[in-house]
Amino acid sequence: MSRISDVFKNNKAFIPFVTAGDPNLAVTEQLVLAMAEAGADLIELGIPFSDPVAEGIVIQKADERALAAGATTDKIFEMVRRIRTRCQVPLAFMTYANPIFVYGADRFLANCRQCGIDALIVPDLPFEEKGEILPFCEKHGVTLISLIAPSSRERIRRIAEEAQGFVYCVSSMGVTGVRKEITTDIGQMIALVKGVQDIPCAVGFGISTPDQAKKMTQSADGVIVGSAIVKLVEQYGENCVGPVRDYVREMKQAITS
Amino acid sequence: MSKGRFGVHGGQFIPETLMNAVTELEKAYDHYSKDADFCRELDGLLKNYAGRPSLLYFAEKMTRDLNGAKIYLKREDLNHTGSHKINNVLGQVLLAKRMGKTRVIAETGAGQHGVATATAAALMGMDCDIYMGHEDTQRQALNVYRMELLGAKVHPVTSGTQTLKDAVNETLREWTSRIEDTHYVLGSVMGPHPFPTIVRDFQRVIGKEVRSQMLEAEGRLPDALIACVGGGSNAMGLFYDFIQDESVALIGCEAAGRGIDTPEHAATIAKGTPGIFHGMKSYFCQDEYGQIAPVYSISAGLDYPGIGPEHAHLFDIGRTRYVPVTDDEAVAAFEYLARTEGIIPAIESAHAVAYARKLAPTMGKDQIMVINLSGRGDKDVAAIARYRGVDLHE
Ligand SMILES: Cc1ncc(COP(=O)(O)O)c(C=O)c1O
Repeated sequence: MSRISDVFKNNKAFIPFVTAGDPNLAVTEQLVLAMAEAGADLIELGIPFSDPVAEGIVIQKADERALAAGATTDKIFEMVRRIRTRCQVPLAFMTYANPIFVYGADRFLANCRQCGIDALIVPDLPFEEKGEILPFCEKHGVTLISLIAPSSRERIRRIAEEAQGFVYCVSSMGVTGVRKEITTDIGQMIALVKGVQDIPCAVGFGISTPDQAKKMTQSADGVIVGSAIVKLVEQYGENCVGPVRDYVREMKQAITS
Repeated sequence: MSKGRFGVHGGQFIPETLMNAVTELEKAYDHYSKDADFCRELDGLLKNYAGRPSLLYFAEKMTRDLNGAKIYLKREDLNHTGSHKINNVLGQVLLAKRMGKTRVIAETGAGQHGVATATAAALMGMDCDIYMGHEDTQRQALNVYRMELLGAKVHPVTSGTQTLKDAVNETLREWTSRIEDTHYVLGSVMGPHPFPTIVRDFQRVIGKEVRSQMLEAEGRLPDALIACVGGGSNAMGLFYDFIQDESVALIGCEAAGRGIDTPEHAATIAKGTPGIFHGMKSYFCQDEYGQIAPVYSISAGLDYPGIGPEHAHLFDIGRTRYVPVTDDEAVAAFEYLARTEGIIPAIESAHAVAYARKLAPTMGKDQIMVINLSGRGDKDVAAIARYRGVDLHE
């Protein structure tokens, strides 16, 4: 738990996302180490799913590549164990309800704790259904992150009241993917959360440029960037570690200055 | 609190972005399903536009041939647009219209649900976008053109296995990006609450009619009801009003493709395990890590890796049972019904006919079964010809 509260302690947080196993698990392992070194405050590792309904085409393709390359939940746990011998950056898993449920939520979260995963983000587990997984998160000391969206309106109060760690603010309607413009009034969403609970808020979906990140962190405590990084992985394949490291450094600098 | 559970199944496992959309839908449905004007208008459409009630036809030649139970066919194939899908679609599009929506979107497998949705959208003046797996647009090319004739835009889905489950994924994604003016017309008793309940309620008309038609024809209830199961809407519509009647066996026929001992099938109850997908907890064909399996059936409408949550619950409590039917058996039944009764069924419905051919001879002559002919087979003629190695030049 403590690693999550450290994420937002000093500065605005930069939170990169990669799909574990894209292009393979050895590269993902290097990516995590490189992103931590470049200033990532929390790293989201996607456990690939065959049918990621909250994902745009970029991360869909990453999931397909990772599964085709043989990534499995067990192999991803092993990779995290290896990472933890060298690096203490806070880590979150991002995956869908089914891979957790079928693995067995209790066993899944026991393994999360054991290998050093700090938080869990499940995009198809809304507030009303969190009873499926939250009890096991609590049992094993893993923080279940709550999401709010531009369409959440009056739901924000209820969600914020029970949120832990930080609130994941979905910036736009639709699925993940790079967007030219983010038109949602993020400041207002965050104000609604903070009116209920003083909890950090990180904005994700659509962010790719340093300018966007800077603008978001005028009101948010952190930004989450997925598709822009996954695109680099797609473009550079096994040689993606350098370009991703440079990108993370640039983004972290943009929100620090 | 979780809503829309059937035993442990069901629920609302969808992105937060969609939660207010399904909540709004639930409220609207609760209101309008009790609204006299709404019910009158829907009844009028079912009667004057869709052609209800559909016939309950005594299949005398088939009965004689199989030499067992008396066989009745519920003729959903005679509905406007050629399948049971229109029952649900007229209800949902009318509801969407009342909710102030101006656009409807839908997934489709065989194309029947897409055609029905495009039809209702044309009738009620709504914009319409249909998502269909790329492979299915090839298998059912005629239905693609039909939807376009009706004014819909058809989007081939090229992700994943390019079939029904991927079409559902893509329609969910599209809905996530546009909920203000758009209603998702889900085509079966699946997805997040309230869809399994709404679709079941709009399909209940099948079983209600069967009950009164059967009482009139035979003065008693049937002994067995048989329907094919993709997501399960025609089966649930037929079964629902008989659930309390323990003497009536309720039998769903799943697509076994090339056989349930091969990897190429879509037999969710026979081979699936509990999971959470497409907004619901239910049974799914999947691997040990919860990756959804690429399923297969000759029938695009049954080529789905899950089953509606109410079916999953009725199975758990032993009220319904499900049998696998292979491609070969379904094609043989397709041809059999054409020759025996002069009725060409949808290849989906042929799965139910195939099991009836096995079951009827084991039943007594004083017993009665009803087969749901969920759709007509015009759309399948080219595919069956191909299956038989006949080269048609359409
Ligand atoms: C004629 C027909 N029957 C059955 C089905 C399967 O759907 P369900 O199980 O929801 O009735 C379809 C789906 O496309 C269909 O077109």
